[in-house]
Parts: sequence; C-alpha cells; structure tokens
Amino acid sequence: MSKEWPLWEIFIRGQHGLSHRHVGSLHAPDAEMALKNARDVYTRRNEGMSIWVVESAKITAFDPDTAEQNFAAPKSKVYRHPSFFEIPDDVGAM
Amino acid sequence: MYAQLVETGAAETSEKDREFQEKIDRGVRIEANDWMPEGYRKTLIRQISQHAHSEIVGQLPEGNWITRAPSLQRKAILLAKVQDEAGHGLYLYCAAETLGISRDEMTAQLLSGKAKYSSIFNYPTLTWADIGAVGWLVDGAAIMNQVPLQRCSYGPYSRAMIRVCKEESFHQRQGFDIMRQLCQGTDDQKAMAQDALNRWWWPSLMMFGPSDKDSVHSEQSMKWGIKQNTNDELRQKFVDQTVPQAEWLGLTVPDPDLAWNEAKGGYDFGEPDWSEFYEVLKGNGPCNRDRLAARNKAWDDGAWYRDGLIAHAEKQQTIAAE
Ligand SMILES: [Fe+2]
Ligand SMILES: [Fe+2]
Ligand SMILES: [Fe+2]
Repeated sequence: MSKEWPLWEIFIRGQHGLSHRHVGSLHAPDAEMALKNARDVYTRRNEGMSIWVVESAKITAFDPDTAEQNFAAPKSKVYRHPSFFEIPDDVGAM
Repeated sequence: MYAQLVETGAAETSEKDREFQEKIDRGVRIEANDWMPEGYRKTLIRQISQHAHSEIVGQLPEGNWITRAPSLQRKAILLAKVQDEAGHGLYLYCAAETLGISRDEMTAQLLSGKAKYSSIFNYPTLTWADIGAVGWLVDGAAIMNQVPLQRCSYGPYSRAMIRVCKEESFHQRQGFDIMRQLCQGTDDQKAMAQDALNRWWWPSLMMFGPSDKDSVHSEQSMKWGIKQNTNDELRQKFVDQTVPQAEWLGLTVPDPDLAWNEAKGGYDFGEPDWSEFYEVLKGNGPCNRDRLAARNKAWDDGAWYRDGLIAHAEKQQTIAAE
C-alpha cells in the first residue's frame, strides 16, 4: 500500500496589494509539488499572482466547541467601536 | 510624524532601479520577495521600525493614567486604547521583519537609544485632561499621517496601516469626548482642558516633522511612494480640521498668528519652535530618559517570563518527540 500524500492549504494573492487568502486545499508529496498543483488547480483563470502553501497538519486552530468562551470578551467592550462616542455633526470629521 | 526625519540615502540608477521605479509609478505594490533597491529597503526598515517604536513608547504617557482614570468606564476605555497601541506596534514590527531585520535587533536599537521614536511621546501627561488632549490631538495627527500610508508602495506596511486606521478613530473620539466633558464641566475642569491644549498644541504640530524645505529625505521617499504628502501639507490639513473643533469646545488655540485665510481656504498659523523639536529628538525632551528607562525595565523584568515560556515549549517538543 503506497503512502498517501499529505494535505496542503492553499493561499492566493489575487491582486497586487492584497493579502493572501485561503482558497482551498489539495494533496501533494512536497511543498514544491503543492505549489505547482495549486497553480494548476486554483489559478487557471488568472486568479492569482502569488501562492503560499502550508501543510494542513502544521496549522493550529481553536477547538470550535470553545468558540463561545474564546470570542466572548470583546462583545462587552462596545467602547472599542468609534460609534460608541457621540460626536455632534458640527464638530466635523473625526 | 510617528517616523520623523527618516534617512533615505542616495538613489541609484541601474536598469533594475529604473524598472523598480516604473513599477512604483504604475502604482504596483512591492512585496517582501520582490527585488528592491537597498536604499528602499533600508528606508522602509527605518521608517516602519520607528513607527513601531512610537506605538510602543506611546503607551507610556497614557498608561500613566490608567490607574487614576476618573471612573471605571474611563479606565476600561483607556485600557482598551493603550492595548490597541501595543497591537499597532506588533503589526508594524512584523511588517518591518518582512524586510530582513529581526525583532530582537529592533528592540535592541530602541533600548540602546539608537533608534528614534516620535518626539511627541517625550512630553509628560500631567493631568487627566492630557489624556483627552493626546487622544484628540496626537491620535488625530497620527490619523492624518496614517491614512495616506494605507497607499504606501510597500504591501505589508500598507496593509498594516489599513488595520491601524480602522482602530484609530475610536482613539481620537475617546480623547475628544474627554475634552468635551471637561469643557462642559466646571470652570476648573475647563481650565484644565485649556491647559492641556496649551501644552500639547505645538508638540502636536511638530509631529509632522520640519518644513519640507528643511526635510532632506522627503523627496526620495515620495518618489518611492513611501510618503504621499509633504509634512507641510499634512500639518495644514491637521490645523484646518482641528481649529474648528477647538472653537466648538470653547478653547483657545495658543497661537497668536492663527488666522483664517480666505484666499487659500485654510488657516495661517505660527511656526513651531524647531530648536525644541531637535532637542527632543536628541534625547533632551522632558521625558526621554524616563521613557527609555521604562522600556528597558520592562524588557529586563520580562526576561524570566520570555525564557520560561521558551523552556516550556522546548520541553513539550522533547516530550512529544519521545
Ligand atoms: Fe498611536
Ligand atoms: Fe496607534
Ligand atoms: Fe492611536
């Protein structure tokens, strides 16, 4: 039984100036092949000008079950939003 | 501004340099792996690291009032604001690191006093009104400067600026809100607000750096798309925006030469004391020594913690490998 190729996450910069965005994943034996495969799979219509590949196993994420507690704190900190402060219209841009 | 008097070195004119300049002129963003002239790289490292240092040192004057904020809500707001500035410093250090300088190198430059940070953070915050004035004026001036930097030719810096600008509006508004409350309060409170404006007005104007006719590096930075506006243009915009706000508050801008100029559609205003500016940059401002001492203390006191976390991470790796 041959060994399965690892999974890679693919990030593409669609336009100059923008950051790379996750577009999907694919299997490849190594990083170089992952890049070439990503180019062929994800940029056939000129969707990219730069590609990053990251082995999926190297990505660390929060357990989705803990999302509630992980992201709850900012909800009570409404003052972090500029709209919290009422600035009269005649004060001008701020 | 947050980066003042950034040296650019002399421009070269090889074929590659010309192609690079064409790219800039077409408005194409430069990314970390693209070829770039050494001068461009070095200028950006200086500017972005100086900007980062300013965000980090900038926490100190405001941090000074966290424990003494007049209410629990004001305390929470100020804490959130200072926390944002720490984040701004981190975004910017990371952007600078894409150019090949390490975080430790930058930190060492700040701690030794070799690296500069904005002159403004070497002034003391003497009263609670200063926290209002800093948010309103200093963050206001920072926004003036940072908005055009969102279009900077270097991608990682421009993207960091987009994030920063989204967060700055809250900073300026919370400052103005403090000023407004003081100005609508007792005579003493209003006097406190006026006193803060008196002390912060000129240092805020100095944030934009010396006049362009004296700013030797401006021209190259503008050619490279690192800088979009001249120091004088931004200073003028700031004055035009801020003076009506001071009037709205019922405060007097401490400049006898200030007058509306109908012909130019903006205010005429006096010249900041540039000898003071250069003294502050040289390290002789009211708080330079305190600021550096505080950063050094934080670094030294945190050493055991940084080392402890690394030791823990290494131990976990060893266990996992066994
Ligand atoms: Fe700031
Ligand atoms: Fe900031
Ligand atoms: Fe800010």
